[in-house]
Amino acid sequence: MFDTATIASIVAGSSALMFATMGETINEKAGVINLSVDGSMMLAALAGFVIAFQTDIVWLGFPAAAAVGMSVALLIAFASIKLSLNQVAVGFVLFALCTQLSRFLGANYVGRRPVGVPTWEIPGLSSIPFFGPVFFDHNLVVYLSYLTVIATFLFMYRTRKGLELQGIGERPEAAHSRGIPVNKLRYFYTALGGALIGIGGAAFSLDVKLGWSDRLTRNLGWIVLAIVIFGGWHPLRAAFGVLLFGALQAYAINLVPEFPSLSQVLPSIPFPAMILALVIVNWKRLLKWLDRYPFLRAILRSDPPTAIGTRFKVN
Amino acid sequence: MGLELRNIHKHFGPIRANDGISITVETGTLHGLLGENGAGKSTLMKVLSGFHSADSGEIVLDGKQIKLASPDDAIEAGIGMLHQDPLVFLPFSVIDNFVLGSPGGWRLDRRQATAEMQELCDRYGFSFDPHTPSRLLTVGERQQLEIVRLLWLGARVLILDEPTTGISADQRAKLFAALKSLSKEGMSVIFVSHKLEEVADLCERVTVMKRGKVVGEADMPVPPERLVEMMFGQTVEIRDRKEVAHGKSRLTVDSVRMATGLLSEESTSLEVNAGEVIGLAGMEGSGQDTFLRICSGMRSPKQGSVTVAGKDLTGKHYRDFLAADVKYLPAGRLEEGLIEGLTITEHFVLSGEDRSFFIDWAQARNRAVEQVDNFAIKGTEASTVESLSGGNQQRLLLAMLPHELSVLLMEHPTRGLDIESADWVWEQLLARREDGTSIVFASADLDELLRYSDRILVFFSGRVIGELDASSTNVDEIGLLIGGRSANAELSEGSH
Amino acid sequence: MSSYRLTNLVLPISVVVASAVGLLVLAGTNPWDPLQLIVEGSIGWPPFEAGKSAKVGDTVMVWVPIALASAGLIVTFNAGMWNIGIEGQIIMGAIAAAFVAREVSAPRPLLVLLTILAGAVGGLLWGLLVGVLRTAGGVNEIFGGLGLDFVAISFTTYLIIDPWARTGVASTSGTDIFPDAALIPSLSDTRLSPLAIAIALLAIGGVWILFRGTLYGLKLKAVGANLRSSFLVGIPTNRYLLGAFMICGALAGIGGTVQATGFHFKLIPAISGGYGFLAILVVLLARYQAFWVIPISFFFAMIAVGSSQLDLRLDLNSALGGVLQGVLVLSAMFGLGWAAYRAKRQLQEASGGDSG
Repeated sequence: MFDTATIASIVAGSSALMFATMGETINEKAGVINLSVDGSMMLAALAGFVIAFQTDIVWLGFPAAAAVGMSVALLIAFASIKLSLNQVAVGFVLFALCTQLSRFLGANYVGRRPVGVPTWEIPGLSSIPFFGPVFFDHNLVVYLSYLTVIATFLFMYRTRKGLELQGIGERPEAAHSRGIPVNKLRYFYTALGGALIGIGGAAFSLDVKLGWSDRLTRNLGWIVLAIVIFGGWHPLRAAFGVLLFGALQAYAINLVPEFPSLSQVLPSIPFPAMILALVIVNWKRLLKWLDRYPFLRAILRSDPPTAIGTRFKVN
Repeated sequence: MGLELRNIHKHFGPIRANDGISITVETGTLHGLLGENGAGKSTLMKVLSGFHSADSGEIVLDGKQIKLASPDDAIEAGIGMLHQDPLVFLPFSVIDNFVLGSPGGWRLDRRQATAEMQELCDRYGFSFDPHTPSRLLTVGERQQLEIVRLLWLGARVLILDEPTTGISADQRAKLFAALKSLSKEGMSVIFVSHKLEEVADLCERVTVMKRGKVVGEADMPVPPERLVEMMFGQTVEIRDRKEVAHGKSRLTVDSVRMATGLLSEESTSLEVNAGEVIGLAGMEGSGQDTFLRICSGMRSPKQGSVTVAGKDLTGKHYRDFLAADVKYLPAGRLEEGLIEGLTITEHFVLSGEDRSFFIDWAQARNRAVEQVDNFAIKGTEASTVESLSGGNQQRLLLAMLPHELSVLLMEHPTRGLDIESADWVWEQLLARREDGTSIVFASADLDELLRYSDRILVFFSGRVIGELDASSTNVDEIGLLIGGRSANAELSEGSH
Repeated sequence: MSSYRLTNLVLPISVVVASAVGLLVLAGTNPWDPLQLIVEGSIGWPPFEAGKSAKVGDTVMVWVPIALASAGLIVTFNAGMWNIGIEGQIIMGAIAAAFVAREVSAPRPLLVLLTILAGAVGGLLWGLLVGVLRTAGGVNEIFGGLGLDFVAISFTTYLIIDPWARTGVASTSGTDIFPDAALIPSLSDTRLSPLAIAIALLAIGGVWILFRGTLYGLKLKAVGANLRSSFLVGIPTNRYLLGAFMICGALAGIGGTVQATGFHFKLIPAISGGYGFLAILVVLLARYQAFWVIPISFFFAMIAVGSSQLDLRLDLNSALGGVLQGVLVLSAMFGLGWAAYRAKRQLQEASGGDSG
């Protein structure tokens, strides 16, 4: 069942979630929860779609989408840092608003098709048996999603600034005492994360599911939040989570011929499955048992940045 | 040359934490800063490290006046602060903690940093595995890490805030050796502590603070009694206490060992009878707070037993202790006692004995008004608790106590209160005592301990270092014990 | 929680008006037409005219589940919880009611009562599940609730396609219509049900009383305000958290029943209509106060029903209604946040020094 073509399509279809998951991982590492992901992805997807459609240049859609994602995320950061509002509350309202706004503004664009992202086979690499077609026979957007994952990982864990990013979400007082401008950086990383979420949205409307519709993201934005937790706030593990989710979906779809009555239901099974996975990684008793196997524990550990969702006030 | 603090003032609302402090620390000296809790040492050090900006006064380093508006400024000026609980990023590795926040380019060369860290460690006899997660380090090791980090960043002034709370004798020796070494190399070290022996051992000069002011300075060596005198002041006359017959045993704590970060191999036992008042003395983090929590059922002891009025309640739920009329009042009034956003009346309803489903607000309000009156709480029954002053919050907490109370455990009953409120609190507590309630309280105020306790237990480094009969002891003796020295013999801490 | 001061409302309302006007101009119409259409489509213009009673009936019956869910959410918010699982609780209530409607035969009054009870139980259990995941499993109630929302939605779809599929027709439009005996009694030719209205008002009133005059409500508030202090005072905090989820679930479940047997008369895939999330917006806007829930949820119901007209008459996507709702809540939050920020700044400047 899992032939090369299926796996290739899983990889291709995961690009949008990859961008969004990396973006939200950055947000949460910096200490800000962006609950509006599903809504901002929709709105950003629309923005990207409209620009690409009107200008006939696919590539212009992405910066537009990034700008939308960034703006929404910055609203949350502003509301939290300056106005002392609850991040979850603001994020939720923005989710509702952005979803409805995207449907309203996008009404005229349903069913239209822009120029899609052209395929771009990487010469040489794409002829490697198995890995070739799976990874290297897609388009630029997909390749960029790999690069984003790698770049996020390298940035967070191999650069000085990345370490500071981890610090501000983990223990802002300690970061502050080391002279790091906590809130300024929180704005910056929220903007960056939001931009990536926006690009993820564009990847939907311009690549994965070319076109615009009311149900474009099909609640996948919510799964981004779950995958970030499932991934233990680590880019590589989160990327694995995205692929795992895609595989679960593919598997579910594959089962449909055997259970035709479940054709509507099966594709949505991966959602509660991922949430169930959260229960598991949080289950204290299981964690205690895992303490005996430090390697396993390290892989399955899911500790949030300690200061996530909190406000940091300078004296 | 060196570091000069000139007339530093810092207030928080009505509290004058630093009231015109002037201190000079010569370059390359080990300078001790002594004082009891609330003397203003922490505030002063926070000003010096850039966390607070002073209201007025100057800081002069090597002849140049510097402005410290943020921790960044302090780092740039070469002032490094080691907090009592080192501000370490717990889940991160040692090397990541070492490197985080250091200046430099994009690339993070962990190998290079590790080598440099290793070099500094070797110089001072520290050692850690650069890849362990820092939460696995002991407090002493975290300190060492912070020190090497500050050195690596080029600190010229090192401030250590109560560094030896919770570290082993071994680590203390290493720390002191390192500090002596550093001062010979020209580092100015400010050593904030309450431990007399260490200050005597380490420092060349000592400044004593009390209630926001500098009350004394001395070049070492100076006899510890003299230091105690400067820190705690003269012995106060003990008020005539009514003798109350002590009744049956109310609370027995037997051979209890605490599972905390504090190092203590020894166990603590205490027996409290009805009508007794037991005072727990000792500096912050010496173990009294943990002990109180064990007595209240909030924590279970690793070993040993807790018996209340004959019933063994070891390991039982907190509610069982409440049911046995053991009540615990933590020091954090708004964090752990009162509920922000709720009014006085609502608090009385929550703590009251009426369990009916519907609240008779008229009755509740009347009761609240009555209590507000009885306990002289400055506020109305409709005031929310966060609008009350500390003293009035304490009055409310006491007013909320049930009538029948077997054992009352209090963490710092009069902390942050003015004299009038403090006196009033004790009036109430003594009244309860006459009704047979046993009181166990922790306090940093020696006067209070002497005045009201029947017995005083002094905690130091996680264990009871001495038990005194309050009527036959004095401030000096208690002060010495708090500082780790008994009057007759020299004690070493953490004897393993 | 403090109630609205008139001055505080000025900013949010102006922002809403400005955004609405802006959006509509962008969409190519004049601002007045859509708004008039929304009012007309929900309660008629002029409002409540005779002959338009069917529409009014619909609006009121949309108001009922929103109000019920809002009442429930007031309970969970007071307990300090973000019950995003409310959608699933409505759905499970609807499913339970559908089950009773299909499988149980009884005289009408009894059957209706049973469907209502079933709805309450279904929602209660689903809410309890979220609570248990949180207290025993350490799963944040947002994700537990979300996951269970998805499960509930999938379960609904499954029931509609397979066990409860319409005979002969394989479609996702819904089940067969429920037997008459199970339907909530309504006034002639409309959906308007005085029974449903009474239940909704009772629920809101009950929640109001709960927090105004009962010890249970006070303890819930305490738990939501400070878990630690509440525990120290002797409140069994876990029990109260679970209780909050159960109460909210039950009320939401009854809302589900009304959706199933009082509005759609069958089970459809989108049986909750998104009213759970809408109720969250309502409660945020109402600042968690039961009284304000009544008008605000009615207003939101008007928008929900009326905006379906936009598509037909003005060729405007009905999501405009949702946009208005979202903008209203967002600007209220930001407006109040800004006011609080200004107030704090003034206080600081007055006391002449930093707070630190």
